[in-house]
Amino acid sequence: MSSGSALARNPFEPARAGGDSRLSVEQVSYAYSANPTQAPLFTLEATSFQAKPGEIVAILGPNASGKSTLLNLIAGSLAPLSGRILLDGFVTHSLTPKTRAQRIAVVQQESRLLFPARAWEFVLQGRHAHGRSLRFESEDDVIIAKNALAQVGAADLSDRWMDEISGGEKQRVILARALAQQPLLLLLDEPTLHLDIAAQVGLLDALRRLAAENRYTVVVVTHELNLAAEYADQVVLMQRGRCLRVGPPASIYRRELLEQVFQTPLTVEMGASGRPRVTVLSERSGEL
Amino acid sequence: MKPLTLRRLLLQCSILVIILFVVVVVALKFGAVPVSLYALGRDLLSVLFGQSSQISSDYGLIIVNIRLPRILLGMIVGASLSVAGTSFQALLRNPLADPYVLGVSSGASLGAILALIVAPHLSISPLFAALLTPLGAFLGAAATITAVYFLGRREGQIDSTTLLLAGVITGSFLSAIILFLMSTLTGSLRGLSFWMMGELSTPLQKSVYWFLGVGFFVAAGAIYTTASDLNLLLAGEKEAMHLGVDVPRVRLVVYIAASFLTGLAVSVSGAVGYVGLIVPHVMRFIFGSDHRTLLPTAAIGGAIAVIMADTLARTVVAPTEVPVGAVTAVIGAPLFIYLLRRRLT
Repeated sequence: MSSGSALARNPFEPARAGGDSRLSVEQVSYAYSANPTQAPLFTLEATSFQAKPGEIVAILGPNASGKSTLLNLIAGSLAPLSGRILLDGFVTHSLTPKTRAQRIAVVQQESRLLFPARAWEFVLQGRHAHGRSLRFESEDDVIIAKNALAQVGAADLSDRWMDEISGGEKQRVILARALAQQPLLLLLDEPTLHLDIAAQVGLLDALRRLAAENRYTVVVVTHELNLAAEYADQVVLMQRGRCLRVGPPASIYRRELLEQVFQTPLTVEMGASGRPRVTVLSERSGEL
Repeated sequence: MKPLTLRRLLLQCSILVIILFVVVVVALKFGAVPVSLYALGRDLLSVLFGQSSQISSDYGLIIVNIRLPRILLGMIVGASLSVAGTSFQALLRNPLADPYVLGVSSGASLGAILALIVAPHLSISPLFAALLTPLGAFLGAAATITAVYFLGRREGQIDSTTLLLAGVITGSFLSAIILFLMSTLTGSLRGLSFWMMGELSTPLQKSVYWFLGVGFFVAAGAIYTTASDLNLLLAGEKEAMHLGVDVPRVRLVVYIAASFLTGLAVSVSGAVGYVGLIVPHVMRFIFGSDHRTLLPTAAIGGAIAVIMADTLARTVVAPTEVPVGAVTAVIGAPLFIYLLRRRLT
C-alpha cells in the first residue's frame, strides 16, 4: 500500500486501500471558521466508513449535524483538515474538476435556472465532463442522455421546459443529468426535501434499482429516518459534527440513541422486511 | 432532442451576416448627403480592389473616408459591448448585467481619460502612446468590475439586486469624477459628451482599426473557448464545478476578456449604453440561451444594433448629429425597466 504522502504527490496513482470497497472515507475531519484567526464555527470530527459498488449509504442526522459538510468532502469540493477520501484508490479532492465530474455526480437540493431550458438540454449538461471544451454533443452523448431519462422514467419529459414541470419530475430530470455523467459515485443532498410522499418513494425506488443495475455507490444525505431505514444498506449517524455510529439500519436504530440524537421521543419497531420503522411521539398525546 | 450542431450554428450566423450586410449598405446610403445605390456599389468595388484613387466624386470620398470607417467602428464597438454583456450576464448570473449598467463603461472612460492626461508627460513612442488609452480603459474596466463584484456580495453570495445597485452607484460616482476632471482640465481632451454618452464620429488612424479588430477577435475568442462552461455556470458556481467546470479559471478568463472588450469599445467610442443588455436578450429570445450560439450571434447582432442606432443618430435631426449613446439609451433604458419589472413579479 502506498503511503499518504506519495498519494498527495500523485493523485493519479491508485493506492491499494480499502479492500473491495469503492469509496473509502478514512479518518476525515474538517473545520470551518469565518477567518483564520477565529475559533472554528463548525467542526467535523474524524469520520470513517467504506462503501461497495451497488451500495446505498445514508448520512442521517438532525440539522447542523455536519451531513452536508461530509457530502461536500466526499464530493471533493472541500479539502479535509485531516484524513483522506479515496474513490477507487484516488483521492477525490486532488482530482481535476473534469476528472472528478467523470467519476462523481452530485445532486443538489435544488437547481435554479437563470434562463429557460428544456429537460433534454439540462440532461446533456451531464456530458460536459466527457467532452473537450469546445465541441458539439455527439450521437453517443444523445443516446446516453436519452437512456438516463428513460432510466428515471422521465423519457416523456424530454421536450418539456424545466420551469414548467412539477417538483418530483424536476428532481427526476436532475437525477437523469447525474446519471448522464456515468459516475462511479452518486451523491445526493436531501433529494426528497421538496417532494410529496409518492414522489419521495418513486425517487428512492429508482435510486435503489439504479444502484443495483449500474453498480453505482450511492451516498444520500437525509434527515428522514424512515426513508433511510427503508432504502439504505448502511447508515452513518451524525450529531453536531460527530459521527456516532456506522452500520446497517437494524443495528443503528435503537430507541435511546435516536431519541438522544433527534431530541424527540419516538418508538422503533422491526418491520416484516427486517427493516426498522420509527414513529415519532408527541409529548402530550402519545402518537403524533 | 436536438443538440446544437456546427451546421446549425453556421446557418444561424450566416443569416445574421446577411442582415448585417444589408444594414451596412443602408447605413452607407443614408446620411446628410444622399448617395445613389449605383454610386455606392461602384465605389465600394473600387475599395475592394484596392483602387481607392479611382474614386472620383466627392460623394465617393464621403462614403469611403467618412461613413465606411465609422460603420467599421460601430461594428467593433457593438460586437465588443454585446459579447461583454453576454459574458457578464452569465458570470454574475444576472440577466440585467451590462457594461454600462454595472458602471464598467464609466470605469473604462475614467481609465482612458487618465491615460490621456498622463500620456503627454511620458517620454514614449507615439505608437505606444496611442495604445495607452485602450490600456487605461481596460484597467479602468477591470478595476470597476472587481469593485462592483465585491460590493454586490451579501453573506458571501452575489445578490442580484445589490449587484445592480452597486453597479449603478459606482457608475454615477465614476461619472462624477469624470465631470470633475473634465471641468478642471482644458485643452486637447475630447468633449464631455463623448465620454459620458458615446459617439462614433471621431476619426481614427488606420492602425487603430487593426488593433481594434485583432483585439476583438482575441478577447472574444478567449471567451468563446469557455462557451459551454458558461452554460453550466448559469446554474451556479457550485453546480458547475460538480459538472466538471474549472470555475476559477473560467471566471478569470472571462472577466479579463470581457473587461478588455469593454475597454476596447469605450476607448474609441465612449460609454455607449445598453447594447450589452438589449442584444443578448434579443438573441436569446430568437436562438436560445446556449452560449455556443449566443456569443457569436450576439456579436453580429451587436454590430447590427450599433450601426442601426448610429444611422439613426446621423439622420434623425440631420445635418446635426445625436450621440449614438443617446439613441441606445432611449431604446435600452425602457427595456431595462421592462426586464426588471418582469423579473420582480
